Amino acid sequence: MVKRIVSVAICVAVLLFIYAPILLLVVYSFTDSNVIGKWDGFSFALYADLFRDAEIMQILFNTVWLALVAALLSTALGTAGAVGIFYSKRKFAKPLQAASQIPVINAEIVTAISLALLFSALFLYRTYFSLIVGHMVLCTPFVVLSVMPKLKQMDPNTYEAALDLGASPSQVLFKVVVPQIFSGILSGFMLSITLSLDDYIVTAFTKPPMFDTISTYVYNAVKNGTNNSTPALRALSALIFIVMIAVLLVINLRARKPAQKEAAK
Amino acid sequence: MNEQKKEEMIIRLVNVSKVFDETTAVENVSFYVRKGEFITFLGPSGCGKTTTLRMIAGFDIPTSGKILLNGQDITDLPPNKRPVNTVFQRYALFPHYNIYDNIAFGLKMKKVPVTYRNEKGETYTKMQKLTRREIDEKVKNALAVVDLEGFEKRSVSTLSGGQQQRVAIARAIVNEPEILLLDEPLGALDLKMRKEMQIELKEMHRKLGITFIYVTHDQEEALTMSDTIVVMKDGCIQQIGTPTDIYNEPANAFVADFIGDSNILNGTMVDKLTVRFCNRNFRCVDDFERNEKVDVVVRPEDIEMCPPEQGMLVGRVVSVVFKGVHYEITAMVGRSEMIIQSTQSRTVGELIGMNIAPDAIHIMKKELTSNRYDGYITKKNTVVFGDGEFECDVTTLYPGSHLDEDGYLITAQGEKIDLTDADVSVEVGLTDIEISDNADEGGARGHIVSLIYKGDHYQYIVRTEENEEDFVLDTEDLWNENDYVSVKIRPENIHMKLKQEIK
Amino acid sequence: MVRVHFNRRQLCIPYGLFLALFVVIPMLLILFYAFTEEVDGILTFTFSNFLNFFTSTAKLSTLLMSFTVAIISTAICLAIAYPVAYILARSKLRRRNVLLMLFILPMWINFVLRITALRELLDLVGLLGTQNYLNTIIGMVYDFLPFMILPLYTTLEKLDESYLEAAADLGANPFTVFTKVTFPLSMPGVISGITMVFMPSMTNYVVSDTLSNFNITILGKLIDQYFTTYDNWHMGSMISIILLVIIFLTMLATGGFKDDGREARGANLW
Repeated sequence: MVKRIVSVAICVAVLLFIYAPILLLVVYSFTDSNVIGKWDGFSFALYADLFRDAEIMQILFNTVWLALVAALLSTALGTAGAVGIFYSKRKFAKPLQAASQIPVINAEIVTAISLALLFSALFLYRTYFSLIVGHMVLCTPFVVLSVMPKLKQMDPNTYEAALDLGASPSQVLFKVVVPQIFSGILSGFMLSITLSLDDYIVTAFTKPPMFDTISTYVYNAVKNGTNNSTPALRALSALIFIVMIAVLLVINLRARKPAQKEAAK
Repeated sequence: MNEQKKEEMIIRLVNVSKVFDETTAVENVSFYVRKGEFITFLGPSGCGKTTTLRMIAGFDIPTSGKILLNGQDITDLPPNKRPVNTVFQRYALFPHYNIYDNIAFGLKMKKVPVTYRNEKGETYTKMQKLTRREIDEKVKNALAVVDLEGFEKRSVSTLSGGQQQRVAIARAIVNEPEILLLDEPLGALDLKMRKEMQIELKEMHRKLGITFIYVTHDQEEALTMSDTIVVMKDGCIQQIGTPTDIYNEPANAFVADFIGDSNILNGTMVDKLTVRFCNRNFRCVDDFERNEKVDVVVRPEDIEMCPPEQGMLVGRVVSVVFKGVHYEITAMVGRSEMIIQSTQSRTVGELIGMNIAPDAIHIMKKELTSNRYDGYITKKNTVVFGDGEFECDVTTLYPGSHLDEDGYLITAQGEKIDLTDADVSVEVGLTDIEISDNADEGGARGHIVSLIYKGDHYQYIVRTEENEEDFVLDTEDLWNENDYVSVKIRPENIHMKLKQEIK
Repeated sequence: MVRVHFNRRQLCIPYGLFLALFVVIPMLLILFYAFTEEVDGILTFTFSNFLNFFTSTAKLSTLLMSFTVAIISTAICLAIAYPVAYILARSKLRRRNVLLMLFILPMWINFVLRITALRELLDLVGLLGTQNYLNTIIGMVYDFLPFMILPLYTTLEKLDESYLEAAADLGANPFTVFTKVTFPLSMPGVISGITMVFMPSMTNYVVSDTLSNFNITILGKLIDQYFTTYDNWHMGSMISIILLVIIFLTMLATGGFKDDGREARGANLW
């Protein structure tokens, strides 16, 4: 019993630490006050400000747009790459897999400056191209890592069976391989979206000068000391927290149920 | 091969070899399969049977040689272009499709010629996909063949192993292939299920009338189901024949050993239709050259037990195991082991007599590459075999060992071993034996009973007097028959292996 | 087994080119820049960046401070995450899955926003602007805690109960069972957690900037400064090389190369 109480206490304490800042921001997003700690009565004023702020709306749009494009391209490139690596001989697969691990292990700042060096040499520094490539460098290896285990789980004979039944190699790929690794592709895509949305450092080094994502905008607002003068940002954060938490809870709880049933068999 | 046979040949492999990264999986294999036949590749794992099947299916391309289907070269044709379908060992059903879609997969890929007539009355053909209705019909029929009517909408994961195997078969036969390839299709099923499916597959083969090429390592399965069996070992074909032929007239000791239980003994032809083994002469029905070394195969069920005084052979029972239908009795005749199957039991330690009918003794040509003997180590660390005593190097029995001053063997781990009376099997190469006039020089003595000129050398057989042990040797020197000689073998040429670990 | 000759292998060509052009060549460029300097518009080979770094007290103290901050942050992360992961994995609490998700959910939310939220909290309690180092460490722990919890949970959860029962059966008390069996067997999780936390704690300057009001310069920030403020890309590249060597050595020391990084980044959550 004591053990149980201690267990619960530890969990609650850590959860409190994790969620206190988020909770604080969410609570104070419902009052029309410039600083946190000063309650000026319940109000949706900050949210109203937020949606009227064209600049923030543009940034929100930029962030989502960038994440979608980068994730789509990364998923396509990474899935093809994983399939290719999986079916290649070891001597080709090994170096590819090793190179693929570099962005995963590397410090983000090193990835960022390496891209800055490359793109300045190519005269493409701080363009949309460098930005999207930068995000792809971050995301694609994770797509490969997501898809690879699904390929390994696949019964290798299903590929041969499909050929045997008359399907051409490309038909086999789309009718037999892709459906079987689809869950891996999907998780690679979702992972890419979150990695792209989360990124600051690579974005900062590759983005065009007048382009901002939520990350760069908020960081710069803190840097320039302007974040307190735009309380609408608080509403933006609060909104993202609420939406993300809700979405994640729903997706994960739904995904877990059938998985548990399967495991119980 | 006569003309008629050639016509009904559906597939033919000509000198086919397959090498994977320097290991040869299939070596220079040639055979043909008749239309409508049920042919089985039988052999232990790694014998090349699955690789052969995969080359027929098109999954592996031969390193050399040709594969002909109805006389056409299909060696390099990809699997999707071959009128051949495969049933995989682990089913390989598509997990993301239901049963219907699995079976319909091949049909949806297919295009068939359809004949039309245009306004001018000319006919022309167009390659067209099968219609939905045609596919439905065929899937339904295929499911009926495998007794799974109404399973169309079920998902693969809800089926038992046996049902999945049936779906895999339906998925293949629905395409009406010219040849159905089955790669150990029953390997993953339990024994009872396997027996049932054997009968069903055979029945299916009869009804469908298509050629079945079957791969298995289970000799009983092969004997039960096949019209023809191809026995393989180390990438080479050992024997091709009907189940009866293979069982009754195995081509060599390997086939005899692999198909059914058998006693394989070293023998020598001592006279016309007479073979000597276990120190006794037997009448037999196969004839070979006098003095030729042969393998003698006796099936355990062909040995009749009798009172010791009436038996051609006498042995002592060392084990009795009840096998349900019969007892399996193991008896030692001298240093040879005999396995007997009988409905009567015996007690361990009992002396029994054994009789073998002439037609139960199968004699096979021995591919003689070396002399093999049973021997034992003496106190002096010499080895006794073939009625003689020879100097030998006992440290070869334990890698890294050495002898101490007292003649005990010290292993690499520092263990002290007394080898006295240890049983060993001894192998001596044909060219490693020297013979000499000086009777005291060698380890064993005997008369030359045979000499054969082999082009550039003579092959002699020296037979000892006491137990009539033979030494076969190749040399360029000329000796005469009946010369009394001594046999010399250098210690480093005596290859020994312990029969049992010394405790 | 040799497979059917087919173009599916060629599917890795685009990715191979991508990796070569945007991962391997850029890394080589860092190496190139690190050992060159620009004299009168001409790039020449030099060791001066290397020597400069190891003779500059400012840079060395930055390195040392950054290292210390990372070690402390990692240690605190481990100290918090281990009990949490242990409770989640081994206790009989109901709805463990939901609980676990609550703990690692923050890694899916933009970290700049979360750190800014933490900044507001620290401001409210009066730490902001007064305790820069403490704030930075709190921030690192706050940001990277989920990356420590997840791999620990994964290894602890996979731990076969029969090992613990066997140890108890052989006479070990619960404490000994933990120190002699549970903890050693959870080492892969500990190592992968450490590699996921230590390196970002030395480099993620968004955390230190935001929570120290730009008063603390960790190693990652130093690289950033040489690129954006001082405009000396050669020195920035040299510091990157030194950072890479540190990463390499920590991975070598912890054997973290074996980890594919995916689990640690919580990729299996999706």
